[in-house]
Amino acid sequence: MTTTSGPLATRRLILQGAASVALLGLGNLPFAPAHAAANDKYPEEAFKQKNEADAIKALYGRNAEPSNKVKLDAPEIAENGGVVPVSVTTTLDKVSSISFFVTENPFALAASYKIAEGTIPGVANRLKMAKTTKLVAIVEADGKLYSATKEVKVTVGGCGG
Amino acid sequence: MAIRRRDFLKSAGLAAASLGLPRLARGTETAGIYDLERFGNARILHITDTHAQLNPVYFREPSVNIGIGEMAGRPPHLVGRAFLDRFGIRPDSADAYAFTCLEFDKSAGRFGKLGGFAHLKTLVDRLRGEVGEKRSLLVDGGDLWQGTGLANVMQGRDMVEVANLLGIEAMTGHWEFTYGEQVLRDNLERFKGEFLAQNVFLTEEAAFNDAPAFDKATGRVFKPSVIKEIGGHRIAIVGQAFPYVPIAHPKRFTPDWTFGIREEELQKHVDGLRGTDKVDAVILLSHNGMDVDLKLASRVTGIDVILGGHTHDAVPQPMPVKNAGGTTLVTNAGSNGKFLAVLDLAIDKGKVGDVRYHLLPVYSELLKPDPAMAELIGRLRAPHVTDWSEKIATPDRLLYRRGNFSGPVDELICTALRAELDAEIALSPGFRWGITALSGQPLTMEDLLAETAITYPETYVQEMTGAQIKDVLEDVCDNLFNADPYYQQGGDMVRTGGLSYTCTPTGAIGGRISELKLNSGKALSAGHRYKVAGWASVNGQQGAPVWDVVGKYLRSGRMFQERLGSGVTLRGVENNPGIAGQG
Repeated sequence: MTTTSGPLATRRLILQGAASVALLGLGNLPFAPAHAAANDKYPEEAFKQKNEADAIKALYGRNAEPSNKVKLDAPEIAENGGVVPVSVTTTLDKVSSISFFVTENPFALAASYKIAEGTIPGVANRLKMAKTTKLVAIVEADGKLYSATKEVKVTVGGCGG
Repeated sequence: MAIRRRDFLKSAGLAAASLGLPRLARGTETAGIYDLERFGNARILHITDTHAQLNPVYFREPSVNIGIGEMAGRPPHLVGRAFLDRFGIRPDSADAYAFTCLEFDKSAGRFGKLGGFAHLKTLVDRLRGEVGEKRSLLVDGGDLWQGTGLANVMQGRDMVEVANLLGIEAMTGHWEFTYGEQVLRDNLERFKGEFLAQNVFLTEEAAFNDAPAFDKATGRVFKPSVIKEIGGHRIAIVGQAFPYVPIAHPKRFTPDWTFGIREEELQKHVDGLRGTDKVDAVILLSHNGMDVDLKLASRVTGIDVILGGHTHDAVPQPMPVKNAGGTTLVTNAGSNGKFLAVLDLAIDKGKVGDVRYHLLPVYSELLKPDPAMAELIGRLRAPHVTDWSEKIATPDRLLYRRGNFSGPVDELICTALRAELDAEIALSPGFRWGITALSGQPLTMEDLLAETAITYPETYVQEMTGAQIKDVLEDVCDNLFNADPYYQQGGDMVRTGGLSYTCTPTGAIGGRISELKLNSGKALSAGHRYKVAGWASVNGQQGAPVWDVVGKYLRSGRMFQERLGSGVTLRGVENNPGIAGQG
């Protein structure tokens, strides 16, 4: 289990419409709606991979190129590593899937969303991160893969000036 | 202590700046230190990080303030002689005493204490009176309500009264949040100015549960900015609270709020002020810390000046930073009431033409205390003065706190924690507030509270493995020395007692701390469990407040029992001018 999403949070997301494409899997984001882009099957193998490269390979079978059209929003320093708010929006056309990878987690693939044709390509989630990690978002658009990366620091806290 | 007026008049080395171009020491030796040349049509006065120090204090600036990466060797990461050289301040002058650590012992006797709100009030009124009605504004950058025993027992109410009398018109916050939401809101009810914070939002849960917010649509908890008409022009002041409140402090104080730098929200807001409200100038009143402000200034457009705080850097000149929209000036105005920043703006329609900036040391011996403020301070302190006037020790050396790794105040706290709680190792937070006490002068309970007064003072003793201890040190060290300022939190390194180590500030996260050794000389073992004492934990603790523990230790007549010194060996920063005597 690499993501968490409480019922209240999920309801809030519905109200905001921020996670409109993720609604198939209310409260159980990593399991129910997570389809690999290329087919409709649950990507069991991809979720089992420990490192990011293997997970990307298992899910997509190819690599992504960094793109400033993928806007990944996450805090620089997490307020609570147990529920780190992350979101992706993009100006890319023909988006068919969006996925999150947390490099330092035991299993790198945290969530993968299939984006139905004609919906606004934006997803938001909360991810659990045990320690400081690289966060990678991949957007599949028009058959190509694009990525954005951000470091999220998870700290023991304290000692403010 | 004799007032040596001549010492002051000779020095007068106050640095001024015009859009970053150094106009260094003013030559005229006879000019009054506070006689400023008139300039522009709007004057903004800025104080920050006063930490509730109502009366004048001694406060020694750091001898170690290392900058890493792009921050290496640039203000604010200059200390001692390198600082004097950079800003053209004459050694041995009053300003050298106010701005640096050099010969602090000697100069403290010559130039006396700095700050104090009654003295500050006199200076503020004079500088506002000079420019006339509706031509000035007084703002506070936060950490106004915390730092003394009085502020702690009154939960900041004392400082609200003082702020109202001083005439603070806008403020933002940091430690203000550590009193919790209810106290914060009660205090703000009484505060006559505006509390501004563009970067504090309701959590989604709190928003769903209809928690109070300034703007339900955006989830902003507080008003983000205020527009003031000064000198016939409209100036927007935007508030930027400390971005990492729920991380640096116990989350229980602010369960419904989420913070962060919020660069995009800030840009959008500034764009609105420029585009929709058509303001003539935009000022960011920031508690980000100077490194964060310097980075932010390079990325966010439309801000004329960032009036900064948090990192307690007394920087005499604004730093100009280029960005896609032009140039933003970044300042930082020191701490503990030592300084009053004066920003004079020449504003035309829709733009700031030029500025003059002065960071004036508040020399208490040159300023007559304002009677009304002195009376208020006396009234606020009266119920507690007797209790806290007990002399608990006479230090045999200068006690100061500031410094990246340690200082005698925290060495003393660590020594006391280890002795009283029978622990091998002690940890003490790297706060940057807290007064300096002179050698041979009586230390009172009020002084001790000025080093320790927080809302989570409970001590603890717990077992930690050597690996866990190293992880804590690495974690805090990254908060201080991450090459990207947005990943820094401000504050200094956690202090250690009974444990020495080597630090390589230029290292990567997790790789800066090595050679950990107990006092016995034995290496710290990763798997072994050690008894560790500490205080100010972000997790709830049950032990006695730290001031009681340290007070008990000092009353027993003990002071330092170990050799003086931080126990930290530095590596890889040999020529860094952020270390006194180097660079």
